[in-house]
Amino acid sequence: MGWSLIPSRLVLDSINLEIKKGEVVALLGRSGCGKSTLLHMVSGLTLPSSGEVVINGNTVRGLSPRWVMMFQAPSLFPWMTVAQNAALGLRFVGRASDISARVPEMLALVDLAGFADRNAQDLSGGQQQRVALARSLAPDPELLLLDEPFSALDAFTRRSLQRDVRQIARRLGLTLVLVTHDVSEAVRMADRVLVLDANPGRIAEDTAIDLDDEQREGGCERFNAELVRLMAIYTAVAHGAPPETPSETFVSIAPKSQQA
Amino acid sequence: MTALSANSGLRLALPSLSSLRGLAVGLLGITLLLALWWLGGWMIANDPDLSAFADFAPAPTFAALTQIVASGEVIDMSLPSLGRVGQGMMIAALLGIPVGIAIGRIGWLRELTNVPFQFLRMISPLSWMPLAVMVYSSWDSAIVFLIAVASIWPILFSTAAGVRRIDPAWLKVARNLGANPLSMLFVVILPAIAVDVLTGLRLALGVAWVVLVPAEYLGVTSGLGYSINDARDTLDYARLAAVVMVIGAIGFILDYAFMLAIKKFNWARDTAH
Repeated sequence: MGWSLIPSRLVLDSINLEIKKGEVVALLGRSGCGKSTLLHMVSGLTLPSSGEVVINGNTVRGLSPRWVMMFQAPSLFPWMTVAQNAALGLRFVGRASDISARVPEMLALVDLAGFADRNAQDLSGGQQQRVALARSLAPDPELLLLDEPFSALDAFTRRSLQRDVRQIARRLGLTLVLVTHDVSEAVRMADRVLVLDANPGRIAEDTAIDLDDEQREGGCERFNAELVRLMAIYTAVAHGAPPETPSETFVSIAPKSQQA
Repeated sequence: MTALSANSGLRLALPSLSSLRGLAVGLLGITLLLALWWLGGWMIANDPDLSAFADFAPAPTFAALTQIVASGEVIDMSLPSLGRVGQGMMIAALLGIPVGIAIGRIGWLRELTNVPFQFLRMISPLSWMPLAVMVYSSWDSAIVFLIAVASIWPILFSTAAGVRRIDPAWLKVARNLGANPLSMLFVVILPAIAVDVLTGLRLALGVAWVVLVPAEYLGVTSGLGYSINDARDTLDYARLAAVVMVIGAIGFILDYAFMLAIKKFNWARDTAH
């Protein structure tokens, strides 16, 4: 699969990757390596110039409420309450009857049950991002795509969201793909990290992060070892090995010819 | 939590203090205006060349005002005027808001219409009067047309400016959550620009209310403009001044109503995070 702004220069080239259902995958790379472009292609915000993205058997041809993207800014609507913001996705896809049951459940899931009737502007940045998470989760997506969603938050808020988002995703059986340039974020959150190389963007390394939830909190030897290992890969990425192909495909991104 | 509740307590306390002060300053201003008016009336009454116009002074005016209010005449003369302004502004809003949204959203349309619209905007609505009289069979329609022409520009430009200030991220989020163009319009764009549209309507009302009176000098036999003309023809200057008071009072009340609506729909906070 490739994608280019101008025909002569590909932003991404020869991306061939498969993601299992329920997996938490981090796309790690420096600014401008095309990791956001790759995420946008999975979401349908942009379409590849060649090849295709397939989610759970469906070729991505555009946006869908079944795969939802979360951005760096929560972008809540300031004229609405927290609950109204969280209900937007359900409202847009014509499931207004589900709002009364689903929204309180989602707000409880992100620890904001008591904030339903507050104006979105009364909340802190971290709380707003939690509302954005509830808004993304309410329509019950199969896949959640995170485009550096915590990079505007302070360290403590960021860490609690990193932990909670991972736990929520695991509890709901949600597949999570996140883009980050923060190695520790990848170690804390991901089961699997894809390290991207730039010009054109390609997957240079595909490595598993084998830590339990407690170890992911940090401060232990296992965590530090994984951090050092991933940092070394990230630094030496230009000489990485080609990615392997795991089974139990949930999301597959591949050139057309290989799909057939 | 505690910081927030303390903050909201503060927010409750401050406006009541400032609104009390605002009321006092407003009353002082009105008193000053009345004093100047009384002084003017006194000077006119003592000038032999102008003493015929002495009824413009506050005392005769308030007597005439009491009379037209008590007899219900004030309703009879105001309703036709309010109807014409309402219809004219309605037409202006129905044209101006959609066109404003289109201009705000579509770059090439904005560039294309900028010069012609600025050109048309600068033409006094009253200069269309002869044309309006020829085109429309009734005076009423001609006046409604003039008010619509006067009102459309503030509504259109204010709407377009509001649309341009919409955070593109709101539209991206909505699209990402599966919003179709219709819900995009009603759930995102219109609430986001509500205050701009209302501000445009408030400005439009100011222009429309000014245009109304000269427009009603011609042809029609009802309305506030007609009442002024009628009072002049019968040399009833106290009544003329009383109608002027009514025009000012209604204009002030309508403007205040728009201000309250703007306050209600305004979601922007000074203390936004």
